[in-house]
Amino acid sequence: MAHHVLEMPVDADQVRALKVGDTVTLQRTLFGIRDATQIHMFDRGRTTRLDLKGHAVIHTAPNVHRVAKSPAAPAGYTPFCIGTTTSMRMERFTRPLMEREGVRLIVGKGGMGPATQEAFRDLGGAYLAIVGGAAALETTWIEEIEDVDMDDLHPESLWKFRIRDFGPLLVGMDAHGGSLFDRVQADVASRRDAVLAGIGASE
Amino acid sequence: MDLNLDEVEKICADLYLRALQLLPPDIKAGFSELQRTETDATGQAILGTMVENIKVAERTRNILCQDTGIPIYNITIGRNVAFDGAGLKEAVRRGAARSTRENSLRSSVVHPITRKNDQNSCGIRVPVIHIDFDDREETVSIEMIPKGSGSENGSFLKMLLPSDGITAVKRFVVDRVIELGGRVCPPTIVGVGIGGTSDLCMHLAKIAATRPLRTMCEDAEGAKIEAELSRAVNELGIGPQGLGGRSTSFAVHVEVAATHITQNPVAVNIQCHSARRARATLTPGGIAFS
Repeated sequence: MAHHVLEMPVDADQVRALKVGDTVTLQRTLFGIRDATQIHMFDRGRTTRLDLKGHAVIHTAPNVHRVAKSPAAPAGYTPFCIGTTTSMRMERFTRPLMEREGVRLIVGKGGMGPATQEAFRDLGGAYLAIVGGAAALETTWIEEIEDVDMDDLHPESLWKFRIRDFGPLLVGMDAHGGSLFDRVQADVASRRDAVLAGIGASE
Repeated sequence: MDLNLDEVEKICADLYLRALQLLPPDIKAGFSELQRTETDATGQAILGTMVENIKVAERTRNILCQDTGIPIYNITIGRNVAFDGAGLKEAVRRGAARSTRENSLRSSVVHPITRKNDQNSCGIRVPVIHIDFDDREETVSIEMIPKGSGSENGSFLKMLLPSDGITAVKRFVVDRVIELGGRVCPPTIVGVGIGGTSDLCMHLAKIAATRPLRTMCEDAEGAKIEAELSRAVNELGIGPQGLGGRSTSFAVHVEVAATHITQNPVAVNIQCHSARRARATLTPGGIAFS
């Protein structure tokens, strides 16, 4: 189990070096994206002026303070509470996010499914699990909101965060077909019958 | 006692922020208990991060989770309280909107069809307001629950048949917990409704999911099933965040209602580990928060 410190952006080789069970700390840049952002980008053909190539996105819609634009708050926002949401709802957007925008890493909670696993294998991507509901802590890893696009979808805008020591995150799915979530699910499935028998609820 | 609606508005605003910032003591105790029994290293590490997050939120006066939820207010009114009912509902709504505005809370509420967000945590029939009555003298309690969506999406209703029996009810709960895995932010409280009509059954599941830990179903049969299921789900190996371990749930809670001779309804509603709620009790002596 290796620990990787990744200065964003990264290339395919750096991502393919990540293996399930490894840990990762991200540096410099992280983008925030959510359901509505991706519905508008990929179902309604909207484009963004932000360059996501080689970057990581976190499934998020943050709590932010609206402030006057300044060198410390170039987008007119400061971070208040930023965490993650359930990734699985956005399963069908992984491939277009990677193919069209060049995204390499997805940060979220709960894991993703077979379509994401295939996209990771074909294009060189990985899923980094962050602890859901630990947003107060994770906000301390975010230094600044550098930019925001598609803010008519607020809070489901496309956010650009400047980060420092963002992690440790756990590699939950890698570019080689590995998935901690699948592993746990298979283990759970193998226990099901005994658990049901234990409460007199066998089929 | 006359219920002062300006005061209610302020309390409802304060309760929203308080619920988002501070986890109730029973949930904190629940974390300590899981930390004592968790044997999986990843599970232990994740529980440690969750407990650290609670401390960071307290220290930095931040909110615990980014999800400000759908605001729910449960209001219980005792005897000899004079109030303007329509005004009360308006005051609750103003309180939720005010807290959102004044505290820069993310508005997580949209129109269900246009998806338009009015940026005030309010919309058609939201905040959800439940008003009930009890026999306490000159007492009003307001409980605020910001219900997070990761766990709310883990909701199910099944109108089973009487011939399916209670074994199908138990199997339904276990299978839904398996299906949800890490998506609902475990460790969870699994809320189970048994009986009633379809809508009542779903509501029972929500009452169960948001009931304090270490409380029991008042019906003896319901209590037996919640004890059984509480043990069972933690033998599945789902663990914190679905990454393996014993700590899948703090508890399974069951609430029951009588049902029709032809029905055998079961509902599931999940509460995530950020099991937030806050309460204010108003009496002629003043306001107490808990």
